[in-house]
Amino acid sequence: MKSADSAVVLPGSANNRRPLTIRKYRVAGNVFRNRITATLAVIILLSLGLVARLIYLQVMGHEHYSSLSRNNRIKISPVVPTRGLIYDRNGVMLAENLPTYSLDITPEQVEDLDETLVRLQALLGITDEEIKLFLAQRKRHRGFASIPLHLHLTDEELARFFVNRPYFPGVEVHARLVRHYPRNEVTSHVVGYVGRINERELKRLDPGNYRGTQHIGKIGVEQSYETALHGQAGYQEIETNAQGRFISVIKTVPAAQGKDLYLTLDIGLQKTAYDALGEHSGAVAAIEVETGDVLVLVSKPGFDPNPFVYGISMKAYRALQTSGDRPLFNRALRGQYPPGSTIKPFVGLAGLEYSVITARRVKHCPGFYQLPNLSHRYRDWKKWGHGSVDLTKAIVQSCDVYFYDLAHTLGIDRLHDFLQRLGFGEKSGIDLVGEKSGLLPSREWKRRARNQAWYPGETLITGIGQGFTQVTPVQLARATAILANRGRMVYPHMVSRTKTLDGITPWQQAKEERLSLNSNHLNIIIRAMVDVVHSARGTARRIGVGIPYQIAGKTGTAQVFTVKQTEQYQEHKVAKKLRDHALFIAFAPADHPRIAIAVIVENGGHGSSVAAPIAAQVIAQYLEES
Amino acid sequence: MPLQSHTQPQHLSMQPNQAGTLLQKLHVDAPLLAGLILLCGIGFLILYSAGGQNPDLLVRQAVRLGVAFVLMLGLAQVQPQTLKRYSLALFVIGIVLLLAVLVIGTIGKGAQRWLNLGFFRFQPSEMLKIATPMMLAWYLAARPLPPRWLHLACALVLILIPTALIAKQPDLGTALLIACSGAAVLFVAGISWRLLIGSIAVCISLTPVLWHFMHDYQRDRVKMLLNPESDPLGRGYHIIQSKIAIGSGGLYGKGWLNGTQSHLDFLPERFTDFIFAVFAEEFGLLGCVTLLVVYLLVTGRCLFIAAQANDTYSQLLAGGLTITFFVYIFVNIGMVIGILPVVGIPLPLISYGGTSMVTLFAGFGILMSIRTHPKLIPG
Repeated sequence: MKSADSAVVLPGSANNRRPLTIRKYRVAGNVFRNRITATLAVIILLSLGLVARLIYLQVMGHEHYSSLSRNNRIKISPVVPTRGLIYDRNGVMLAENLPTYSLDITPEQVEDLDETLVRLQALLGITDEEIKLFLAQRKRHRGFASIPLHLHLTDEELARFFVNRPYFPGVEVHARLVRHYPRNEVTSHVVGYVGRINERELKRLDPGNYRGTQHIGKIGVEQSYETALHGQAGYQEIETNAQGRFISVIKTVPAAQGKDLYLTLDIGLQKTAYDALGEHSGAVAAIEVETGDVLVLVSKPGFDPNPFVYGISMKAYRALQTSGDRPLFNRALRGQYPPGSTIKPFVGLAGLEYSVITARRVKHCPGFYQLPNLSHRYRDWKKWGHGSVDLTKAIVQSCDVYFYDLAHTLGIDRLHDFLQRLGFGEKSGIDLVGEKSGLLPSREWKRRARNQAWYPGETLITGIGQGFTQVTPVQLARATAILANRGRMVYPHMVSRTKTLDGITPWQQAKEERLSLNSNHLNIIIRAMVDVVHSARGTARRIGVGIPYQIAGKTGTAQVFTVKQTEQYQEHKVAKKLRDHALFIAFAPADHPRIAIAVIVENGGHGSSVAAPIAAQVIAQYLEES
Repeated sequence: MPLQSHTQPQHLSMQPNQAGTLLQKLHVDAPLLAGLILLCGIGFLILYSAGGQNPDLLVRQAVRLGVAFVLMLGLAQVQPQTLKRYSLALFVIGIVLLLAVLVIGTIGKGAQRWLNLGFFRFQPSEMLKIATPMMLAWYLAARPLPPRWLHLACALVLILIPTALIAKQPDLGTALLIACSGAAVLFVAGISWRLLIGSIAVCISLTPVLWHFMHDYQRDRVKMLLNPESDPLGRGYHIIQSKIAIGSGGLYGKGWLNGTQSHLDFLPERFTDFIFAVFAEEFGLLGCVTLLVVYLLVTGRCLFIAAQANDTYSQLLAGGLTITFFVYIFVNIGMVIGILPVVGIPLPLISYGGTSMVTLFAGFGILMSIRTHPKLIPG
């Protein structure tokens, strides 16, 4: 610092006798000044270079660039792919594209847009949401591009608009293809629906592929197979003038149309199951045992998906949302119910496989069960008990006490492990978005979720399908199918094949797995399930009368409402919402199973009276048809 | 060493008028301030047009300008000696923050440049734009000049650390600028011409190696520079549209608010990196030359400040900052008019955006401090 200062202090005193460092610093000072001068020179030179380039562009190239700017420019316009169609397994149309008329506005050609919108709203059934969406889209388009305001003009609206057309310059009617679901509420959950792309989806979607697309799959197959159904947008290179108006098409890259989907669903069976549920809420899932094809996936009540396509009104949507029977809720996929007694065949199989019981061992049922040294009585549904009970009788008459004892002997760990192998507590892996995994309780789960130890009493109620256990209808149908398949794993899936112009691609099972189950044990369980339907004391004997094949089934009743120790459950005294759920699982024919089914009727009371006949109808129709 | 009184610097006390005294007290260099105000004024004018006459944009820019201006005034009050004392610390902090960005930084637009401090997001690479020349000036000022080989090697390492860290984000544009700011300090420190020309030659011959390490998008940008027509609707779009905007402006321009390229959305990033194209379209060649002259006057004033600086540290720092300022201008305009590859560098004082504005004004604050603090000349 000091010496640096002295170097500046003594300008021009170039004296050789000065110390070396001082001399150096003086020289450095000169060098520095030289460098500043050089910098100035380089900067001026570079600036002249910029100016030269600007002269080249703005003077010599002016005419060339002016004409580029003024006359012709190329713009890219999207070619929207046609959405793939959805059929059932026999080629019956489930989702189609219908030509319809939409009302589009070209903002540039409208003098007073706000006033026009108000007048249009007065003339036609245009909702506030449509106006909002239109204004949001308008920001993303240039003024000369026409933007849809109202996607579906009814015949009356069309007529009314054409009469008044001269008063609406810049408003046009365009033909479009719009999704339509001819089966309405019967397929609403499984096929799903498309709706207008919302702001959140707009951010997530590939803007190139979705430019020009108005709709996207929101639920069901429409959502799960969005990519395949949508296809790939093409584009046109369009020559436009300075204001960006269309002059001519230079080049067209066609869109790759969406793939057509053939579902595994059988619409005839689907309709039968939907109708058979009658006034009840509930779900039916039926699986083809051999292939894992989902033949029926009903959630009732359904809803009409078609208004969602055009943009359902807020009022109608809220009505659906707040309705007590929750029509928007997909029970088949997302409903989680206690399995009740339908779990018993699986628990019985666990007992045999772990050699805890034999088919011949008999247990006395006095109508209740008590854990050693505890006073709490775990009751049987039959107040006075079943007397002497073996495994078959326990399944046929659905004896709770037998299974309390079996569960107690097995213990929760073995019970959990065995049921897990049958797919309980896990997603079935069906190719639909939003599936729930149900709940299969275990010590580990209880510690994690509730931070509590496992109590022995909880093992007992798990053994009769109550307590924490929750299953979805799809899971229950799948477990039944695996049982029918004698341990060969079943992978339920909705889409059987996709079709494009290039050909048909069939669905392929990803893997082949088999649970090692003792054949004799399986025979015991299946025979007991046949007796449920076909023996004189079977809980579902009413559906077994007069049919030319054998059904193996099991009824179930899931408690929604807990009755006190001292009270008795009386159906008529309990509000409908708190009544028991009725369940039934079955497969048929028992000797060569082809279809497995699970039925859940919410608040339906006993499985035997409500749920079993629904399953019987579907089975009968399926076996007759093929 | 006797110091001149702080209150009455001789060279400033010559100015008689009141404004002069106020500016003196504020340690502001009036010619530089005038130039900056002029440039920012032009910036607002063109931003109003480029941003589709959206007043919100101007308000936000004004707020940032206010912040930057306060920072400049603040830095102008600090003695250059104080700056010198904190050079090392600032540099080390900057490097630590850069490392932090690589580990925990947030990713925006595909690059990891931001440090989220909860209440605001901060780009440490901007800090290094000032800290790197400060560090080099501090390092070289304490050593005999022109620097010897060993010191030169150390200086190069000092430049390489932030450059490599920022290039890894990846932000090649900023990395090159920071390398440039360090090189500028070396240049004014007096490394020999032979060495300078030699290293430029080596750099050019190493281009194929650099090419090998570039990201695909960076290669695309270079390819687009060489042949933008090869992908007119994809990656070459920026350059083609920019050239059309500039060329169609002609000698006198289409007039303020009358640019069609920009207003019809043909020109991308028209109020940030490509704002010069909007300016050129609306004000023509005459406007462009005028703008360049104003830039040159500001740069010239800064060079003058550097030349008049009274200690080695101030000389080197002022010289380095000035050269970097011009490199900004040259690289941005060069990119917009299609003679340099597209790198994300804004046009100083005119482009919309906060971070670069703040950094630039910090630099000008340091220059003003160097200009207005009493010289260490004995009376």
